[in-house]
Amino acid sequence: MSAKLTRYSKPHRTLFWANRRTARLLQRAIATVLILAGAVVFLIPFMWMVRTSLMHMGEIFLLPIRWLPAQIRWHNYLEAVQAIDFGLYFRNSVFVTAFGVAGSVLTSSMVAYAFARLRAPGKGLFFVVLLSTMMLPYVVTLVPVYLLFRSLHWLDTYAPLIVPQWLGGGAFYVFMLRQFFMTIPMELDDVAKIDGCGFFGIYWRLILPLSKPALATVGIFSFYGNWNDFLGPLIYLNSMDNFTLPLGLSFFVNIRGMTYWNLLMAASVLVLIPCLVLFFAGQRFFVQGITLTGIKG
Amino acid sequence: MARETTFAWPQIKLRFRHRETIAFYVLASPWLIGFLALTLGPMLTSFAISFMRYEVITPPEFIGLANYRTMFFHDELIWQSLRVTATYSVGSVMVGMVTAFLVALLMNQKIPGIHVFRTIYYLPSSISGVPVALLWMWIFNPEFGVLNTMLRWFGIQGPQWLFDPHWVIPAFVIMSLWGIGGGMVIFLAALQGIPQHLYEAAELDGAGVLSKLFNVTIPMISPVILFNLVMSIIGSMQTFTQAFVMTKGGPANASLFYVLYLYQNAIGYFKMGYGSAMAWFLLVIILALSGLVLRSSPLWVYYEGEMRG
Repeated sequence: MSAKLTRYSKPHRTLFWANRRTARLLQRAIATVLILAGAVVFLIPFMWMVRTSLMHMGEIFLLPIRWLPAQIRWHNYLEAVQAIDFGLYFRNSVFVTAFGVAGSVLTSSMVAYAFARLRAPGKGLFFVVLLSTMMLPYVVTLVPVYLLFRSLHWLDTYAPLIVPQWLGGGAFYVFMLRQFFMTIPMELDDVAKIDGCGFFGIYWRLILPLSKPALATVGIFSFYGNWNDFLGPLIYLNSMDNFTLPLGLSFFVNIRGMTYWNLLMAASVLVLIPCLVLFFAGQRFFVQGITLTGIKG
Repeated sequence: MARETTFAWPQIKLRFRHRETIAFYVLASPWLIGFLALTLGPMLTSFAISFMRYEVITPPEFIGLANYRTMFFHDELIWQSLRVTATYSVGSVMVGMVTAFLVALLMNQKIPGIHVFRTIYYLPSSISGVPVALLWMWIFNPEFGVLNTMLRWFGIQGPQWLFDPHWVIPAFVIMSLWGIGGGMVIFLAALQGIPQHLYEAAELDGAGVLSKLFNVTIPMISPVILFNLVMSIIGSMQTFTQAFVMTKGGPANASLFYVLYLYQNAIGYFKMGYGSAMAWFLLVIILALSGLVLRSSPLWVYYEGEMRG
């Protein structure tokens, strides 16, 4: 590169700066148009979902398509909630998600602290193992884990969904938090040690309070994972009374041989709302979190 | 006195190191237990079960390589599911990565309101699962869906999408494009890490937009491209929920994804042995693919600080 810089002394074409400035402007204008067009495309599915959720069933199947409901039917949401036992599935989902998120945040931060701060024989090896489990396809363990939970008589309970969250909560969370903990200066640990803090004290009173954004990120990702999980409930839950929202929703596609798209979309909106609220509440945290590790959730 | 301290020091240190080791293993124990009980143990068990006939109600029976023989020589659907999965992976990974990269380039421009746009592009990738699958089922509806309605504006009679064996995989690829936000954010972070002076130097050399893209931008973010590529391949090979909810593998098995077929065998028909053999085959495929990509990386991935002609 330094070799190329010597060409700086060569005379430039006239209007070099002016040319470049118009080029920049043009480039920016094109980019703006493309971004706007793309944003519209990305928003269409959301608009389509909300539009359908507010329509009368007859209006959905009209040609040419009606873009907006002639009459906004908020009532669809009430009907949807009643049609699929939404309240029950909602409570189940909240239960699973609450315990799942608590477990994954607590244990992944403990493990991450150990990997970020403590020296022990075998740590290097375990860290490589931890990273490589992120690449492991989940189906490799699917059958034996199913058999294990079956032999523990955990089928049709929430234990298969919650207990794994209390066992480290996933390599990705551990890795992300470990990366964050590494950015906290070691000197703080030393000060805490002088003040009489043990390893657990440093974790609990120093590292955790300093890592709220990273913990929030893990909490949000873990919420998405637990709230939206489909395969887990599908495999482990049998009775309708135990279903979580995604599972209950998937059984709602066909009611008496017919698909009520307006109610289905209304229910989908309701399932997505907690995710969207959390997204907007926490987006400044997790964009930071993702860029920190360079890994998506 | 001095003698005493020299004797005392190593002892304290040893005890300290000892305590630190114990603390490490106590604090890391949730993951260690999870790894042994839910990953390593099950992996080995799954390998063992893959040589057995095991249908849960009857005790397992050792049958040697029979599951693998069936898989490779007598099960047409395995190859169908591999074809489906490979087609989808190639499509969604390639189109998805290129789109994510292009969107990240746009997002890297200094344009008023760019933060709002970043949110709009990122938002869909943070929601997933059943509600999204249901939404896209309705979007792909041939008569009343929004996609074919918009195609009709341009005089195109859209295909039957999820009901047409030739269009069901393209439909899943299109759907996956809605979720490129995650990859985009990673690309964007990488783009913002490229030092500005490289572009200035290129401009002084008279480099145009495309030349800067291929000689500065892409080499500089190639490690991130590699990372996104490997993770996207691994992710797309394990597609399940969309297929289960939207098509159940139809029409005519045209969307019978590998993991869906594995699920049908293992959980649907309780063929635990066969399912485990399928799982191990997938693991080998994924390892081989990742290995291939990583092996090829010295040819196209540029690491800073490395000399390159």
